[in-house]
Amino acid sequence: MSDNSKSLIGTKNKMGQTYADIEDFFNGKIPKEQFFMTGSEIVKEAVKRSSVGMSISYPITPQSEAAALVGELWVEGYVDAYFRGEHEFAVMSECAGASLGGCRVFTTTSGPGTLRAYENFPMWSGGRLPIMLCLMVRGINSPLSIQPDTIEIGMLLDTGMLIWHAEDAQELFDFILKGYVVAEQPDVHLPIAVAIDGFFVSHTKEMVEIPSPDYCLLPYDPYRSPVPVMDMETAPMRVMRDPFVMKSNYISYMTHTSWQLEIRAAIERSRKYTRKLMGGSLIDVEDGDAEIILCTSGTAVSQSREAIRLMKAKGMDVGLVKIKSIRPFPTEEVKKALDKAKLIVVPELNISGWMAKEIKSTIDRNSRVMVGPHVAGGMTMPPEIIVEEIEKEIALRKES
Amino acid sequence: MRNYKVVAGPEAYLPPAAATMGVELPDEGGALIEGSLATEEEALEHAAKKFLEAKVPTLFPGPLVLWNWRDGVEKKAKAVRDMFETLKEVAIPGQRPMLIPMPDYRPKYPKIDAETEINPNHPNLTIWHNKIDVCMFVGVHCHFANISLKIIRGETNCYTVAMCAQHGHEDAMMTFRDASADKINQLSAKIRELAGK
Repeated sequence: MSDNSKSLIGTKNKMGQTYADIEDFFNGKIPKEQFFMTGSEIVKEAVKRSSVGMSISYPITPQSEAAALVGELWVEGYVDAYFRGEHEFAVMSECAGASLGGCRVFTTTSGPGTLRAYENFPMWSGGRLPIMLCLMVRGINSPLSIQPDTIEIGMLLDTGMLIWHAEDAQELFDFILKGYVVAEQPDVHLPIAVAIDGFFVSHTKEMVEIPSPDYCLLPYDPYRSPVPVMDMETAPMRVMRDPFVMKSNYISYMTHTSWQLEIRAAIERSRKYTRKLMGGSLIDVEDGDAEIILCTSGTAVSQSREAIRLMKAKGMDVGLVKIKSIRPFPTEEVKKALDKAKLIVVPELNISGWMAKEIKSTIDRNSRVMVGPHVAGGMTMPPEIIVEEIEKEIALRKES
Repeated sequence: MRNYKVVAGPEAYLPPAAATMGVELPDEGGALIEGSLATEEEALEHAAKKFLEAKVPTLFPGPLVLWNWRDGVEKKAKAVRDMFETLKEVAIPGQRPMLIPMPDYRPKYPKIDAETEINPNHPNLTIWHNKIDVCMFVGVHCHFANISLKIIRGETNCYTVAMCAQHGHEDAMMTFRDASADKINQLSAKIRELAGK
């Protein structure tokens, strides 16, 4: 049973949008236009072109605006169903129901909302539900902060979800469209979190170039799912009957383990699709032969770029590795890209340093990794501070 | 890691998912034999040989070919049935071909009738009971095929073949992708050819 939806390419949906292949959104075949937009506004534009069946969210800063704008798409007719759940746990459970029923689903949340919904995320992956979660990250710890902090990404690492981290609004747009395509492959079929740093991306206007709204992604074909879609009218899907967790029929420990291994296998399988749509690699490398490499994701990359400019002006030999996909983690790419570096600096917008831990567990000679500099709770990370911390580290290493 | 081979078990208390050991699924037109890329023609020949050498060659049709739920399924189901008839026709003394369905995916506790069905949560029971040494999954939803195939590799010495309608199963010892009635018929024809019938 091949991908039946491909036969729809060139035909129109009920809104008059033409179904197009994902490649055509990015290879120049579909005309593009430039706009000055916030990350929240770009979410609306991406969802408009993504043939989304259902969107459910619960408002939380800084995600609220994006969720509200998706609601406008429902009024306009681009999204089939839209509502606000009771709270994030309910929202993510409702997303699961919609996805099990065969819908393409979009949701978005932030910080404490992510944690309130948390139980659902491994359930989504265990259920092989390719739900798109746009994560506009913010602080979660007490005392309260509504500002950007990437610690919640670190808490999602072992949920079985795909996790991509966009640096800016343009990448956010691209990742939403590409994310659906990768997540819905029958051999992948997993939920995907496309994360951005709240406020820095969600509430900041920047130039973006987006394809014409006259085109949209091919619809989701739930009948290619690796698990039965919950279609109670159509055999063989009625074989499901019980919810997939089989409430009255506990599975063996071995089945549970094999099941979880299969989720990890599905993450691995996503690599080839992701590489293809991300230009050949899960990372971007600039000046990769440099002695000092700054390696990070999200807006920490933007700050790192500026720090690199300052360091180069001082005559320092410095380059950049930008990590776009966190799950799957670009193990081989990172190993290769960091092989020659003498000092690897991992600036992060969180207190835990989860990215540095990921990198340290991936490469050999990991004492080369400088864990930090860190900021948290919404502090900005001025490039001058990155430079200062690197210079201190170099001096310390020389002393020792 | 790149040299990991997907071979008949019992492999380990907990065999890894082949994908996490570096085994990648084939692109269109390809197949996998024991974790290595192969052409579809090579795979047809390899699978046919395995079926002919087996003592209990068995087909495990799943829900996607057991119910006539979509155009084309009836033809595919007939191809599966024809393959079973082929296995019986070419069987030599001592060979016992079987056709055992996987009608649904809920565990059959406390006891499964291993003579008549297989279940993805404890596929080893059916394989042990019937002494199945070569089997083919067809029409099983991919997730359930993969969890079964790992359990089979861990617990039994059965050689597994996957005839997958989507992108294939690296947890089987060999896999076809984009399975169609024609592809199943080609496998039956290859079995006949190698059997000299």
